Amino acid sequence: MSERGQKLPSDVRVGVYVCHCGVNIAAVVDVRQVAQLARGLPGVVVARDYNYMCSDPGQELIRQDIRDYALNRIVVASCSPHLHEETFRHAAAAGGLNPYLVHMVNIREHVSWVHPDRERATEKACELVRAAVRRVVWHEPLEQARVSIHPDVLVVGGGIAGIHAALTLANAGKRVYLVERQPSIGGHMAMFDKTFPTLDCAACILTPKMSAVQAHPNITLWTLAEVTRVEGYVGNYEVEITRWPRYVREDLCSGCLKCIEACVYKDARFPDEFNLGLSKRKPIYLPFPQAVPQVPVIDPATCIQFKSGKCKKTCVEACGERGAIDLQAVPKVERVRVGSVILATGFQTFDPRRMPEYGYGIYPNVYTSLEVERLVNASGPTGGEIVLRDGRRPQSVGIIHCVGSRDRRHNPWCSRVCCMYSLKLAHLIRERTGAEVFNFYIDMRTPGKGFEEFYQRLLEEGVHFIRGRVAGVSDWALDPSEEGKLVLRVEDTLLGIVRRIPVDMVVLAVGLEPRSDAEELRRLFRVSCSAEGFFLERHPKLAPVSTFAEGVFVAGCCQGPKDIPDTVAQAGAAAAEALALIDRGSIEQEPNTAYVLADHCSACRTCVSLCPYSAISIVGGDGRPHAEINPALCKGCGTCVAACPSGSIRQHLFEDEQIVAEIEGILAGVAGG
Amino acid sequence: MKQLADNRAESSNGFEPKIVGFFCNWCTYLAADLAGTSRLHYAPNVRVVRVMCSGRVDPQFVLEAFAKGADGVLIGGCHPGDCHYQEGNYKALRRYVLLRRLLEQLGVEPGRFRLEWISASEGERLRAVINEMVEQVRALGPFRGFNRLPVKLAQLHGQKECSKEPASVETVEL
Repeated sequence: MSERGQKLPSDVRVGVYVCHCGVNIAAVVDVRQVAQLARGLPGVVVARDYNYMCSDPGQELIRQDIRDYALNRIVVASCSPHLHEETFRHAAAAGGLNPYLVHMVNIREHVSWVHPDRERATEKACELVRAAVRRVVWHEPLEQARVSIHPDVLVVGGGIAGIHAALTLANAGKRVYLVERQPSIGGHMAMFDKTFPTLDCAACILTPKMSAVQAHPNITLWTLAEVTRVEGYVGNYEVEITRWPRYVREDLCSGCLKCIEACVYKDARFPDEFNLGLSKRKPIYLPFPQAVPQVPVIDPATCIQFKSGKCKKTCVEACGERGAIDLQAVPKVERVRVGSVILATGFQTFDPRRMPEYGYGIYPNVYTSLEVERLVNASGPTGGEIVLRDGRRPQSVGIIHCVGSRDRRHNPWCSRVCCMYSLKLAHLIRERTGAEVFNFYIDMRTPGKGFEEFYQRLLEEGVHFIRGRVAGVSDWALDPSEEGKLVLRVEDTLLGIVRRIPVDMVVLAVGLEPRSDAEELRRLFRVSCSAEGFFLERHPKLAPVSTFAEGVFVAGCCQGPKDIPDTVAQAGAAAAEALALIDRGSIEQEPNTAYVLADHCSACRTCVSLCPYSAISIVGGDGRPHAEINPALCKGCGTCVAACPSGSIRQHLFEDEQIVAEIEGILAGVAGG
Repeated sequence: MKQLADNRAESSNGFEPKIVGFFCNWCTYLAADLAGTSRLHYAPNVRVVRVMCSGRVDPQFVLEAFAKGADGVLIGGCHPGDCHYQEGNYKALRRYVLLRRLLEQLGVEPGRFRLEWISASEGERLRAVINEMVEQVRALGPFRGFNRLPVKLAQLHGQKECSKEPASVETVEL
């Protein structure tokens, strides 16, 4: 292979640095032995082991050696290049060396943390270092390319996370497209009555922000809209958004709501989605009183005109000259160009039908916590009255914690908010009905500002806490006191006995899980999901809102269960990351692009159809035609390089010589080569 | 193609296979990082060469690895539909299918050459795949080198006119 490329550089001076990472590496890998081996490798001038290579003194070691030993190649054996490649490139650059003459060896994640056997781990580390030394010899100085960052931002999801991120960006003077699938923004937070632990009114703190979104000159708000296509890369995403018809024109509607009154259905008779079916709505309706935009929506699945075409269209009549109702509306596709994206698509609650032992959907008085949020809400289906489906006021209520959470049969994770919202609901139910409230918990988890204090307050308010996972809910009465009640069977693990607790109402504290279509969105934006299906952050501690798709950030519960303060904090962080990107104006790109050796190319066109970015074209048609790669379009996958029959396509940082040298270095011990 | 040192072939007692891994930067390499941060222990026989995409894996690299004494080669890429570069993993798959046939002709048992889709969140799967493959290759014993018979591409594909050397399989449009 080497005959097709460069000659081996003769004046190579390699410095090798083996990191202890405290005891993370050194406890398993014999770092002195690795450095010792490196010293004997051809081209190596200096090899050291050091406690923390990423620390300032560690980096200074590299800078100083570059000067003292005239090093022109650096190998650092430490952690994953995903963590510190940039660090060591900077260190080399500070020492006056081109940063791409550095190569990293991963002896922590790939060796010391996974191979407890000291001898074999050290052997593997030695071989990887030997491979890296052979590889780095072939490295060449490279220049970074820059791409400009389009200043507009797309925010997907109009819950509190998306709202906060959009407002932060818009207030900083950036243009934002906010896309929401529902007819109104607000998300789950708009459904809540109070927020824990302060018990401030959710609507009072949310609706001003919702109105601000609508009024903001820098925000383009599209409701009933979904992202259907994404192209491009960081700095220049082209996004296609499909806007489903509302059948009421936002630009003409005044929000008088006369059309709803005028609907031929005199009574509301279809389940209201926002109230989770606890109340009814008409085919033309406003999702909730504070909805933004304040524009009714027509549901074609229930509207007579859409079903039979034979409606008197009293709504159109009521609207009169305004003519805001447009029954002929069709889906509209918008195409926007943005530089960065914030995903804030939220969560869905666990469907308790998956746990039939709790009787949800079987006994009418078993509710989910989200339904109870609507019941206690002053603008909810009962005007804030806590009444059962038959109109009775409950005398006793059982709240079952961890429904679908911390359960190996369903979701193994803790949903983080259920303990606290259960306490909040217990407080509200007790305050408004005086009912006896029982909390059935596994562990009470109240970490947060003012959370533990709230728990103490509930204990003092006379709410009952029974430690144990409820085995089942049934209406089988064993004695007269249980007649007409729902009986919870539970092992009280503090008393060590099985108890039967009869109640009028059961509340299931359902957990949070990824949206069922998170997978589709993940593919659209090329981000990863963690094993449980939430969007995966770039680093759990140090890059919590970044993803592996550059320029795409995450905020809120789409990344994992969290409460409102954490969601808002994360949304602010995501907005700040996007702002940092925009204000830099451009971003350095890894110079790992492919390039063509024009003299060797026969213009066979094999590569042209392989490139997913159409970066390759055939040029020089009159004289000697050959392929050419546009470096601005090339993303550096190297697929064309591997496919070129004549070896005329090469890739910076992943040259054939480099990879083959690495293979040879790995295997040098076995074949005697 | 070089023959392996004889002493190695003889001593298959306590044989530790050496496997070269070509892991894509965005999925399988990250899965290996995750296995590390999760402290999942697995067999230390795989040496990873990082490539940006499994589509970068030139069949020549695989042949080179076997020729230089690897007992196995494992290519790791993103799941279908998940490729960071849209479809590089499909290109890798096409090459893999062809290359596996070629390698069989050259005397490389199928268990020595694998392509696996392992996503960034599948540290556990990475461990399982590596452990399984190491055991498989251990059972096969040391790789003793390619067949030395001159094999013509025509024999591989059952075609009539073709006289290229097997090593130039990369010239076939994949």
